[in-house]
Amino acid sequence: MVNNITNFSRSGLSDWVLQRVSAVILAVYSVFMVGYLLLHPNLDYTTWSGLFENTAMRVFSLMAFIAIAAHAWIGLWTVATDYMKPTALRLGFQIFVILALFIFLVWGVQVLWGA
Amino acid sequence: MLQVSIYRYNPETDSAPYMQEFQVDTQGRDLMVLNVMEMLKEQDSSLAYRRSCREGVCGSDGMNMNGKNGLTCVTALSEVVKDNKLVLRPLPGLPVVRDLVVDMSLFYKQYERIQPYLLNDTPAPAIERLQSPEDRDKLDGLYECILCACCSTACPSFWWNPDKFVGPSGLLQAYRFLADSRDTATEERLSELDDPFSVFRCRGIMNCVAVCPKGLNPTRAIGKIRELLLANAT
Repeated sequence: MVNNITNFSRSGLSDWVLQRVSAVILAVYSVFMVGYLLLHPNLDYTTWSGLFENTAMRVFSLMAFIAIAAHAWIGLWTVATDYMKPTALRLGFQIFVILALFIFLVWGVQVLWGA
Repeated sequence: MLQVSIYRYNPETDSAPYMQEFQVDTQGRDLMVLNVMEMLKEQDSSLAYRRSCREGVCGSDGMNMNGKNGLTCVTALSEVVKDNKLVLRPLPGLPVVRDLVVDMSLFYKQYERIQPYLLNDTPAPAIERLQSPEDRDKLDGLYECILCACCSTACPSFWWNPDKFVGPSGLLQAYRFLADSRDTATEERLSELDDPFSVFRCRGIMNCVAVCPKGLNPTRAIGKIRELLLANAT
């Protein structure tokens, strides 16, 4: 057993399942967004903010934000452990990624429920 | 004349590795790469490489031929030579001992880690532990591995983390014992593999499948290990 403390879930299996589930969520969200934008070629502010007034859309968006945070954490952690050999560089990058994802996630929540 | 370019490195005399050029007269025959190496050895007796059975069973002459890993003894020139040129390098990713001879310690360490022997805590029967023909069939495509290391040294995940990722060869063997009806240590074996590196560093690019000289499929075995882990943990 190889131990690690900076990966997402401490378990390779759990990370692997999360990576796949979050990928499906992101794929569905992307398809929905592209479809919505294609169906509304002359999109104005009222329609756009109306879409995000809907609780279902807010839940769906937050789910996508959490999915992208988990997906990016797992993926970039893997990239870091593959290619960054000096510990200070690797750990620094991992902490930077985790903090950035946290900030984006909180910011995303504020955008969704703020306005 | 076949142009052969060979990786040379003798740590006792060379400050850095270099490529040495040779000309070999194959007289138009489609020789095995190993035959060509034997002809080179006659030209330069200091050339070092491993070989033994010369029929693809011992697995000692794995190396990189024109960019692709394989066993020199069962690889014909016609399969690898392009533009009349043959480039021979040691298996990638492992430390070079000399010329085409690599240090396989890390590869064997990963093999040892998966406990490549039957573990059974039930009392030994008076005769052999029997197995149904169906259970025996599950080992086909797994037991044939000759540990030549062609697959693991073609795997980028093994290049970057050879101390943590078991590698395709070791994982094929890990599944060989997980799939064996006579082995009772499935849970313990799986618990040793459920970290982010040992199994899950495999990204399924299938280099291992592309190079295996025995035609085995480590990627499929790794998929089966994932299924077992998933079934055990959900």
